[in-house]
Amino acid sequence: MRKRTGGGVGRRTFLQSAAATAALVVKPPIVDAQPAAPPRSSAPAPSAAQVASETGPPPARTGAYTVDRPGADFMVDVLKSLGFEYVAANPGSSFRGLHESIINYGGNAKPELLTCCHEESSVAMAHGYAKIDGRPMLVMAHGTVGLQHASMAIYNAWADRVPVYILLGNILDVAYRRSVVEWTHSVQDAVAMVRDYTKWDDTPVSLTHFAASAVRAYKTAMTPAMGPVVIVADAVLQEEPIPEAERHGLRVPKLTLAAPPAADPSAIAEAARLLVAADNPVIVAGRCARTPEGIRHLVELAETLQAPVNDRPFRFRMNFPTRHPLYGGGNLAEADVVLGLEVPDFWNATHAQTPVNRTGMEARATTKAGAKLITISSSDLLTKSNYQDFGAYAEVDLAISGDAEASLPALVEACKRIITGDRARVFHERGARIAEATRRSADDALNQAAWGWDASPITTARLSAELWNEIKREDWSLVSDVTFLSFWPTRLWDFDKHYHYIGGQGAYGIGYGAPAAVGAALANRKHGRLTVNIQCDGDLNYAPGVLWTAAHHRIPLLTIMHNNRAYHQERMYVQDMAARAERGIDRANIGTAISDPNIDYAMLAKAYGVYSAGPIENPKDLAPAIRKAIEVVKRGEPALVDVVTQPR
Amino acid sequence: MTRWLLLALVIASVVMSHAVAGAQATPNAANGRRLFEKDGCFQCHGYAGQGGRDGARLAATAMNAQAFARYVRRPFGAMPAFTAKVLADEDLADIYAYLKSLPAAAAAKDIPALRSIREK
Repeated sequence: MRKRTGGGVGRRTFLQSAAATAALVVKPPIVDAQPAAPPRSSAPAPSAAQVASETGPPPARTGAYTVDRPGADFMVDVLKSLGFEYVAANPGSSFRGLHESIINYGGNAKPELLTCCHEESSVAMAHGYAKIDGRPMLVMAHGTVGLQHASMAIYNAWADRVPVYILLGNILDVAYRRSVVEWTHSVQDAVAMVRDYTKWDDTPVSLTHFAASAVRAYKTAMTPAMGPVVIVADAVLQEEPIPEAERHGLRVPKLTLAAPPAADPSAIAEAARLLVAADNPVIVAGRCARTPEGIRHLVELAETLQAPVNDRPFRFRMNFPTRHPLYGGGNLAEADVVLGLEVPDFWNATHAQTPVNRTGMEARATTKAGAKLITISSSDLLTKSNYQDFGAYAEVDLAISGDAEASLPALVEACKRIITGDRARVFHERGARIAEATRRSADDALNQAAWGWDASPITTARLSAELWNEIKREDWSLVSDVTFLSFWPTRLWDFDKHYHYIGGQGAYGIGYGAPAAVGAALANRKHGRLTVNIQCDGDLNYAPGVLWTAAHHRIPLLTIMHNNRAYHQERMYVQDMAARAERGIDRANIGTAISDPNIDYAMLAKAYGVYSAGPIENPKDLAPAIRKAIEVVKRGEPALVDVVTQPR
Repeated sequence: MTRWLLLALVIASVVMSHAVAGAQATPNAANGRRLFEKDGCFQCHGYAGQGGRDGARLAATAMNAQAFARYVRRPFGAMPAFTAKVLADEDLADIYAYLKSLPAAAAAKDIPALRSIREK
């Protein structure tokens, strides 16, 4: 029996009380409708029938409503055919039929229900899961209030080009709505509010329609450029029995995934010509590699050309091994050809901006005049107009539409075909120069990491170094972004597998980190990997209940808090504004600091049933605490170590 | 015209730098530390002046006082200018003294956790 503490009225509590209130209101006022009875001096003796009615069993209902086979059972058949392992949901009445069919008819296996405390967590979990597993996780939510909670996480998945499969409950038929709650939870066009940042949606009106659209949605989500899809599962279709006449006619359509769109061969040939002729080509990788094959192809291209690969300014995916001699180098200012592979904002990757006033930016190209710019990207295949995640328009010399990972083998072969012996010798010398620069850069990183080594708060460099030494002999997977850590993990660690890194939010919507890490850890669990999440404090506070989800479902995840006690990016912005306004530079903490009181994340985790340690302020205490937490994670449970850190 | 403008800028810069350097005889490193934190320098450069994604390393900086003051007043890149209106010359001198007082980092090879980073 779950105990409730505190006197607040949550949404669920509200629903229960609202439903009860509504029931009272709509009941006919029986007492008032009866004529007033004359006063009696004494009550007459009850009749035999009255006695029987008050003391005997209640009469049998003539119209007991049972459902032999609800439509949701067939929906579960369809969902099972798509191979979903999990369905993440915060329970909601508009999909109660599906919920019941999943756990009873479907046996709560493939998909297995994951109890989530917030719809944003459900979607972000699916987001993180998909980047590790390569397949979408199913999410269920109310078509109204649930989707409103989920919407930011959907936008993140959209901008990150990640497949997430969302089923929305709704009650379209007014005759089927039980109460004011179901009226407020019903909507004409449920997907309208997220259509700008989803790839495809449908609102089926029959089970046959549901089957066709459910399979189509899966195929659409998984075709690059990938993205979230939404299907509305109407409550009447879920809850009413499958009509007898349809039972033998229903079928689940066959799923055939589309081959990813590869680039045009003539455009690939031109790109190869430019790259092979270049003296200083640089490859910039964004969301290039989705799979181990993607990494292998990019390594082959770089080695064929002896060209450096960098993934600045942000690191979106695990594209290239960080200790490869060609990683991280390359000077755009000296490049004569720059190849951008699935770079979300190629203009930004090739320009520098300096704020010149509060409303304007001074921009300059970071490439030299005459440098040839080439892009291969599937972004052009999936662009919408309202939300501006497409970034600045990039003026390039050769724009190739197509999935970069699918296009790389052809590009590698095209390059190999035209490389002469002379060019190969040039490439060899170039490769040696780049390797030497990469080696120097790695040495520099180590020496830079030493600054502030014994400081408290603990430097992000030391946190990253100590953590690496504890996990490097494990089959590890870092599932958090490195941007707010001054990129220390990618500067110090040996990343070489596709699950070693999965990038960040996509749309920089904060609140993604913790739930995405839990989802990614779930995808890693069947492989026995040690999943590591370096968790920003501000991010965790959006929906910390996901810690309970991790504990409840025994999801092994090592969380190391990057607890800088601030929404620090915003604090820097406010500081910037104050300096420009020439006032109050000592006040940027107002509205940005997460202190006074400091949040005890170890206590928070413990409350959710997660092993915890900290807050750790002495850097010497860090390694032993991490070691102990890893032991817990290896037993199949989540663990959290709270580390008080430097800002970046 | 441009040449005169440049000359004026150089003179102004030199005068300003001398004003900073000569603002007080003995800059106060302890006060500099307090100001480094209060006025938000740590936000980009780290409490230990170690630097990071958003700001250069300042601990044991190789810049002299004049160059340091010149940069704070007229930075380039993403750093905003901190004018004398919000950061007095003597405060800047104290901050500089604090940064100069910070010890140099040990060599990475002398720190076991860094020395072992590349070990398998």
